[in-house]
Amino acid sequence: MLMALLKRDLLLAFRSRGDLLNPLMFFMMVASLFPLAVSPDPQFLGTIAAGVIWVGALLATLLSLDLMFKSDYEDGSLEQMLLMPQPAMLMVLVKVLVHWLVAGLPLAFIAPLLGLMLGLPNGGFMPLVLSLLLATPILSLLGAIGAGLTVGLRKGGMLMPLLILPLYIPVLIFASSSVQAGVQGSDYLGHMAFLGAYLALTLVVAPVAAAAALRISLAR
Amino acid sequence: MSLQNLHNPDTTSSTTGPNATGNGPWLSARGLFCERDERVLFSELNFDFLPGDIVRIAGPNGAGKSSLMRILLGLSAGFEGELFWHGKPMVQQVYDFRSQLLYLGHQVGVKGNLTPEENLAWFSPAATQDDIYGALKKVGLSGYEDLLTHGLSAGQQRRVALARLFLEDKPVWILDEPFTAIDKEGVSELEQVVINHAQAGGLVILTTHHDLRVPVKTLMLGGQESEMPLC
Repeated sequence: MLMALLKRDLLLAFRSRGDLLNPLMFFMMVASLFPLAVSPDPQFLGTIAAGVIWVGALLATLLSLDLMFKSDYEDGSLEQMLLMPQPAMLMVLVKVLVHWLVAGLPLAFIAPLLGLMLGLPNGGFMPLVLSLLLATPILSLLGAIGAGLTVGLRKGGMLMPLLILPLYIPVLIFASSSVQAGVQGSDYLGHMAFLGAYLALTLVVAPVAAAAALRISLAR
Repeated sequence: MSLQNLHNPDTTSSTTGPNATGNGPWLSARGLFCERDERVLFSELNFDFLPGDIVRIAGPNGAGKSSLMRILLGLSAGFEGELFWHGKPMVQQVYDFRSQLLYLGHQVGVKGNLTPEENLAWFSPAATQDDIYGALKKVGLSGYEDLLTHGLSAGQQRRVALARLFLEDKPVWILDEPFTAIDKEGVSELEQVVINHAQAGGLVILTTHHDLRVPVKTLMLGGQESEMPLC
């Protein structure tokens, strides 16, 4: 059943790839507008590149979270999923995996390109990609809680960022400072260790919380 | 509030569960009470649904038919009272109950961006392509297997979901308005499917505003006010 769900969701994602490209386009636009708006000076851009890329990635993820459960809620599939004999948290994990594959992973692939565009110093690329690979799953996992809580609300648009952003803050701080550390040539393993620990924690807690959130949303 | 309790009109036994022998009732309720927006939908509702039963939950709009179904399914926690599955408290039996349950709601969970075949392949991962084609043929969707479902009519989209009745071997069917958007012929075929399932020892619980020509037991939920509660 879970494999079938994974297959179905990947197929659905592929069929509506336009929707999925939106966050990626947003990510690229944010990064490419900064040199125009702030300053084209490579020295200056290099110092803000890590922050710009990470803020862009975080906001792009927020944009795409709405897609995680919305259409399944509207057409009744979510009800069917919660009625499966398998625990709902496994279903949430599959949903999160698909979300990460289509919305999180592409960010990690495209980020080095944007880093190049913003003149990110050489030492920053490795921690940038590593931190994105480690932290985008965290964003998807935590996002599932917010998406689950707000899926039944007609005007949940602004509520979800308010619920989720505080949980995203540690990710933002440690991820962007890992890139800074890389740029300065110092050791960034500590930052990665924190992100890894945060990932382990959310991997355990978030599916349970998101499943409970979905039950509440569907109980009306 | 008019209630017609089935099998067990004895409301004094509400504290004891139904007997747990092998051929006892499958799904039972004792002392169910549900309130929405300070309006009591039903109270002291007791019933025992046996294998072979076709139960129709009836009542005017807003009487709590869908609410009762969601309570039976375990999707709604807004009730008091106890549910039993094979004589044991439902809370301990959720896995067993759900693995024997087929539910079709108002929204049937059919994806417009998938073909009927892909939709069914998700609902019944164990089914082969031949099974799926066979089931789609039985609901009159031969030749539509490979078209995206959002191109089909409303009735055809519901028929995709109804094909699950042929595909999945689940003894308990809970069907919320299964005849919506289905044409006359389809309705009588569907009635036959429901009868066959009950005769084979299954349990069917449904709501419908159609006049069924099927012998059913009716669970009447009464709502005397015309106000529509929000549930």
